[in-house]
Amino acid sequence: MAHFDENAKPFSAKWLDERLALTTVSKVLAFEYWIPKNINFLWAMGMILAATFGILLVSGIFLLMYYQPGVDTAFDSVNYTIMTEVGYGWLWRHIHGVGASLVFLIIYIHMFTGIYYGSYKRGREMIWLSGMLLFVLFSAEAFSGYMLPWGQMSYWAGMVITNLFSGGSLEAYGLVEWIRGDYVPGQAFLTRFFMLHVFLLPLVIIGGIVFHFATLRLPHVNNQDGEDFDFEEAAELYKAGKVKESKVIPFQPVFLSKDVFVMGVYFILFFYLVFYNFDFAMDPVNFDPANGLSTPAHIYPEWYFLWSYEILRPFSKDLGLIAFGIAQVIFLALPFLDRSPNVAPANKRGLFHIWFWLMLIDVLVLTFMGKLPPTDATFAFIGLVAAVLFFVLWIALPFITKIEKKL
Amino acid sequence: MSNRRDFMGMALGGFTALGGIGALYAMKRSWDPLPSVKAAGFTTVDLSACTENVLNVEKWRGKPIFVLKKSADMPTNDRDIVVGSDRFHVSIGLCTHLGCIPAYVGTTHKFMCACHGGEFDSSGINLPNLPPPSPLEIPPFTINGTKLVLGEAGPEYKKMLDAGITV
Repeated sequence: MAHFDENAKPFSAKWLDERLALTTVSKVLAFEYWIPKNINFLWAMGMILAATFGILLVSGIFLLMYYQPGVDTAFDSVNYTIMTEVGYGWLWRHIHGVGASLVFLIIYIHMFTGIYYGSYKRGREMIWLSGMLLFVLFSAEAFSGYMLPWGQMSYWAGMVITNLFSGGSLEAYGLVEWIRGDYVPGQAFLTRFFMLHVFLLPLVIIGGIVFHFATLRLPHVNNQDGEDFDFEEAAELYKAGKVKESKVIPFQPVFLSKDVFVMGVYFILFFYLVFYNFDFAMDPVNFDPANGLSTPAHIYPEWYFLWSYEILRPFSKDLGLIAFGIAQVIFLALPFLDRSPNVAPANKRGLFHIWFWLMLIDVLVLTFMGKLPPTDATFAFIGLVAAVLFFVLWIALPFITKIEKKL
Repeated sequence: MSNRRDFMGMALGGFTALGGIGALYAMKRSWDPLPSVKAAGFTTVDLSACTENVLNVEKWRGKPIFVLKKSADMPTNDRDIVVGSDRFHVSIGLCTHLGCIPAYVGTTHKFMCACHGGEFDSSGINLPNLPPPSPLEIPPFTINGTKLVLGEAGPEYKKMLDAGITV
């Protein structure tokens, strides 16, 4: 039994501390959670993601107050009620649309930063896996949210993506109908994706974020050189007042104040887009109400799904589906496919350096090709080459990392 | 050193507060009744169709509205709406005690509330020593020929408001 001071005033610092161990908790989570000094602005992406998620949550709450998940009312509740009637309804919608797009931009930067600096290895495997889990969850959240305005793109994206579950030649249309709750996307489909988007997925994402933070606490954040040093020792030095000599800074307030600066720059971009350039997140085709009897001329996903969409497209139906399926999960295997023991930035790792830039460029090429209509032969060929290269790179990874020189 | 930090902290806090206030204003505005809700807040009542001493109950903004054409034996009052030679009592049909809907009894010319025994006379004035603290409220109205538009404050209504007859 812990000791409780009878004379402590209720809700005073001491009283709370005896009951909640606030001092210990704040030390573990913030004031004595040590971050290496040898980092750059790319280390701020995590907190930027957390902040963007918070903004998506708040804007989503306000949209939820007027949105109606009905096949006859959804389109008007968004495009008429929210956009023209609700005071500042346009603000929430543009914040939500721009936020959904930017959250993926930052996720990709966050991911490729981790790949470049080898932050998925030697004790940090769970950070990578939980992060990739969050990527999958955010993808599901983005897709389910895209259904809700019930425009032409919502409807046909819903049609095409749910059709993927027929498994090509397996012709599992029973499964597709089960997912839709109907033969085509209809009321049951809209209501269940509404539920997923506003309740179940956000709940799981919040749990995922807490888990992602937890995976970080023991191995600590990586640094620019992948240097493995004694955090305890560095922390003692910092606490002893030798701030300059120590290799670490506390999360709160030192690291966070740097984070807030990068966040400030990010939010200038964010709100510039919200107020002056929101159109990029609003596909014109989706301003036509859903019509099950007329397919738009060219269906494409939002930009952040284009790379995996382009992997599906150049192959035959079954092969394309298999390629698409592998592309969705292959990044999860990164810590196990990289056979090198080196935790170092890519520029010190020989062949892996080339691998990294090829992978990044390949994903960008896939993204650009995915946006173009499938009719142009040259672009279709570039798309095919990029899709094949994607798999060649993953097959090559264990071999080139196996022969990598130990640093 | 400390001054520069204080400045940065205050600048950051100041701009954050500014953005926060802007966001709070937008949030407040988002909760406001929609223009379509407000536009639906008008009801037109044709007074020429009324019969003396028979209560008509209309609906305005979801509330019952009492419209009673007064007969000659009912006392006149400043609360009456006069259209030509006819006098009307028009009020929101909710007891000022706890919001029940009183019933009109034609033989006694009184509004009787079943909930706690409140009573109002034919001008909607609460009878003494009963629970209701004030007369029945008069909704904003404007007279348009023999028609009454509820929800729009006309000169006759403003006069009543200024005289403290209704709130």
